[in-house]
Amino acid sequence: MREHPPARRSRRTPVLVGALGSAALVLAACGDAEQNALDPAGPFSQAPQDLIIPVAWIALAVFIFVQGLIIFSVVRFRTRKDDDGSLPKQIHGNTRAEIVWTVVPAVILAAIAVPTVQGIFEVSGEPDDALTVEVIGHRWWFEYYYPDYDIYTANEMAIPVGTPVRLEMTAADLQRSADLGVIHSFWVPRLAGKQDLVPGQTTFLNVQADEPGRYLGQCAEYCGLSHANMRIRVEAYDDADFESWVAAQTTPATAPADGTLEAQGRELFHELGDGRLACASCHQVWEDGARSPGQGPDLTHLMSREEFAGAIHDMTEENLRQWLADPNSMKPMQYEVNGIGMPNLDLSDDELDALVAYMLSLE
Amino acid sequence: MSSTTTERTGYAGRPRQRDGFMGWITTTDHKKIGIMYFVTVLVFFTLGGLESGFIRWQLGQAEQSVLSEEVYNQFFTMHGITMVFLVVMPLSAAFFNYLIPLMIGARDVAFPRLNAFSYWGYLFGGLFLYSSFALGGAPNGSWVGYAPLSTDAVSNMAFYAVGINILGVSSLAAAINFIVTILNMRAPGMTFMRMPVFIWMALVTNFLLLFALPIIAVALFMLNLDAVFGTQFFEPATGGDPILYQHLFWLFGHPEVYIMILPAMGIISEILPVNSRKPLFGYAAVVFAGAAIGFIGFGVWAHHMFTSAIGPVARSAFALSTMFIAVPTGIKIFNWVFTMWGGKLRFNTPMLFSIGFVSMFTIGGLSGVTHAIVPHNAQQHDTYYVVAHFHYVLFGGALFGLIAGIYFWFPKVTGKLMDEKLGKLHFWTWLLGFNLTFGPMHMSGLLGQPRRTAVLPGELGSTVELYNLLSSVGYLVLFGSALVFLYNLIRSVKRGEASGDDPWDARTLEWITPSPTPYENFHAIPTVTHRDEFWHRKYAEDEAGRVVPVPAGASEDHDPAAEHDEHIHMPDPSYWPLVQTLGFLPFGYGLVFGNFWLIGLGLVWLVVGMYGWIIEPLAEGDDDDPDDHAPSSGARAAASAH
Repeated sequence: MREHPPARRSRRTPVLVGALGSAALVLAACGDAEQNALDPAGPFSQAPQDLIIPVAWIALAVFIFVQGLIIFSVVRFRTRKDDDGSLPKQIHGNTRAEIVWTVVPAVILAAIAVPTVQGIFEVSGEPDDALTVEVIGHRWWFEYYYPDYDIYTANEMAIPVGTPVRLEMTAADLQRSADLGVIHSFWVPRLAGKQDLVPGQTTFLNVQADEPGRYLGQCAEYCGLSHANMRIRVEAYDDADFESWVAAQTTPATAPADGTLEAQGRELFHELGDGRLACASCHQVWEDGARSPGQGPDLTHLMSREEFAGAIHDMTEENLRQWLADPNSMKPMQYEVNGIGMPNLDLSDDELDALVAYMLSLE
Repeated sequence: MSSTTTERTGYAGRPRQRDGFMGWITTTDHKKIGIMYFVTVLVFFTLGGLESGFIRWQLGQAEQSVLSEEVYNQFFTMHGITMVFLVVMPLSAAFFNYLIPLMIGARDVAFPRLNAFSYWGYLFGGLFLYSSFALGGAPNGSWVGYAPLSTDAVSNMAFYAVGINILGVSSLAAAINFIVTILNMRAPGMTFMRMPVFIWMALVTNFLLLFALPIIAVALFMLNLDAVFGTQFFEPATGGDPILYQHLFWLFGHPEVYIMILPAMGIISEILPVNSRKPLFGYAAVVFAGAAIGFIGFGVWAHHMFTSAIGPVARSAFALSTMFIAVPTGIKIFNWVFTMWGGKLRFNTPMLFSIGFVSMFTIGGLSGVTHAIVPHNAQQHDTYYVVAHFHYVLFGGALFGLIAGIYFWFPKVTGKLMDEKLGKLHFWTWLLGFNLTFGPMHMSGLLGQPRRTAVLPGELGSTVELYNLLSSVGYLVLFGSALVFLYNLIRSVKRGEASGDDPWDARTLEWITPSPTPYENFHAIPTVTHRDEFWHRKYAEDEAGRVVPVPAGASEDHDPAAEHDEHIHMPDPSYWPLVQTLGFLPFGYGLVFGNFWLIGLGLVWLVVGMYGWIIEPLAEGDDDDPDDHAPSSGARAAASAH
């Protein structure tokens, strides 16, 4: 005895509504999104955009076609109330149809494949007259070195507008860091797609901004505890501003006048006492001679940056003070476990006053 | 199933009890093992689902910290590991266990004790992974476990390396078991091209497991040795190569995607024809497309590494292979749609989930093609766009298909129907919750939100915040929907409506036998003369070419009285699969904590278990007993007369 659960009619309109609804949301996407991959601001983000837009239209057409077939079948071939219970025609297949839905998608894909391969080589080649910046990914901050100018900086990378910038990237500088390095990824969506930074290897990425401004990004390869707190800022300056930025960054810091609070801070920076690690053992404030950065960010022109701690906090006196007093409360790190990040130095209030004053003087 | 010895001695007797607690833990019955897989999956699904709930809670608003970074990273890692290795794969294994012997007309799998070994390996592997929460913290290096982050002790990834390897051994044993079963134990007359598509997909899947698992095993052993014992396979400071790990991982990892999706494709290839009341459109095309996916699936792995250090030539090559795997996938989708075309569709719950599969999987397939546009992949990679994509494939695809299978074969297992009203409520809320959760992620990813971040940065803007809020609301819908499902499941087990033997007017051999399935599966092993054998026993064409039901007992080809098995041999229960797999625990903890005593204990335990297994006697007299399970000829006739 066979029993059939009652066949009920069912409508799939909610699927359609959902699809249209999401399409509407797609179109509405814009607004205040500053890390928007769909809003290219330079040739190396425009090229991928130009490739994906036609593909997105084709995908949308295929989507509508297939979902349309499904919805049509469901409505048209539902068992009707007055059904006589007979079986429908038993069709086992159709060779011509199989060939069509093998060949047509293959042709569409082949048509997409050609510009894709061209695009791969286009965006990865080294541009002419590029400015080179070396990028080093640390847990959990990005460091930038300008070999042409011998500039070290962190979190915020300055570039000239309209000029291609060739990034030579690696993760962790084994010569100077307790961090043997993990993989990170450099991603500023409005300027270029992302590229991983791999310890022990050099990878390359081209970026270029066509308009002055501040472009946001962040590390896009999971790199452990504070992966979410590893942000990128690219400041694109017009030529004159870029030149003055370079001039400022290539000027050494001057030691504060004796007897000031800042001078006390400078002393503490180099010698904390009580067996505590001095700031200078990891951070450099370059005053003369060759620049030789430690394992932490270079602080010579700290106040020229708007944010710190992986660019998650504004560079304010209050934040700096909290950071020095209890770094883990501002950004989780693992100094106590494996030496990665900033240690808590048990600073007294007086020491904090002096060190913060010194930091604020590093313009 | 034959034996040449009548008497063997062992240092322990063989369990004979088939019921109660002992009956379950010593069972070698593929049906019981399938049920145990299923119940265990429900537990791990609950855990993995709760972990994702915390993820959605944390990301429901910008700059929120419900969980610390440390705990968040453990939760997202364990969510991935759980859903891949402890839910989708073993849920497929539950179907393989229960259905493969039934659909090919066999009484059990080829190696029943090895089958029990696979289950216990799965259970202990899962418990081992979850014990990490109590032993210094769960793995927090993401489910891909990229070195060298994963070799850093703070990532706790030794638990991952060892735990996944235990699960891998279990899956590898199961793969060999199912391949041998399908190749050797098909009923007389069941040629390859008469096999149900689910059996074909099971065969392809298990070959994928057979070839893919050894690769990840090597990678995980190297990772384990790097993390705990000081080797430097992946350590760049001493000449190791972190990219090597990525290649090994994805050489396994991409076939793994098909390992998760092909069983569900097999399931809906059974359900769509039954509920369209038509045969599968283009059987051969669907089968060959499945096999083609299996082959090409080994040649696309580096598309997970387009932004890694692989260079433009490799990027181009893998872009092409990735695009072309869309062709066989498309063939399947069109054949499913045209299976419905011209049919008389019945919209019961299994059918709804199957149609949902085709619809949702199409979306995941299309976003997959966009990943192959390599220059733009660099924008999509490691963002929520990718999270959306693979949830459309593995949740909208694999899980929808597997749930369709649960509703479809529930009567086979229990003899009862799941409640249709609750089933439909489950489907519509599931579909809504799923799209609400994962649909917006396409956009939040393209608008700049990377995955695996414990914080939703406020600077991404209010649009991204809105999408994340929608995703979190969608989670709540899914949560409620899952409760409806669980309630329906438990309620239907207890007091579901009786289903009869063949509630769906089905086509394949498992329905030829009574529901719930009797202990010996088939009173007589059926002889197969057609694809969709059972359907052909029920229907024939009359003189006018119209398809009409065959009156009960009228089929000359299949006179039930003529089919009579004199002797039914069923596998004996055994203690040893359970005893031996327990040895994985000391061995595994030894590998995680670098404790050679524990490693030694575990090894000895495993070897002793193996010897116990080897010299285990057959249950006394079993082989020579006359068949005492043979039902009366009347019952048999009722079972197969349609």
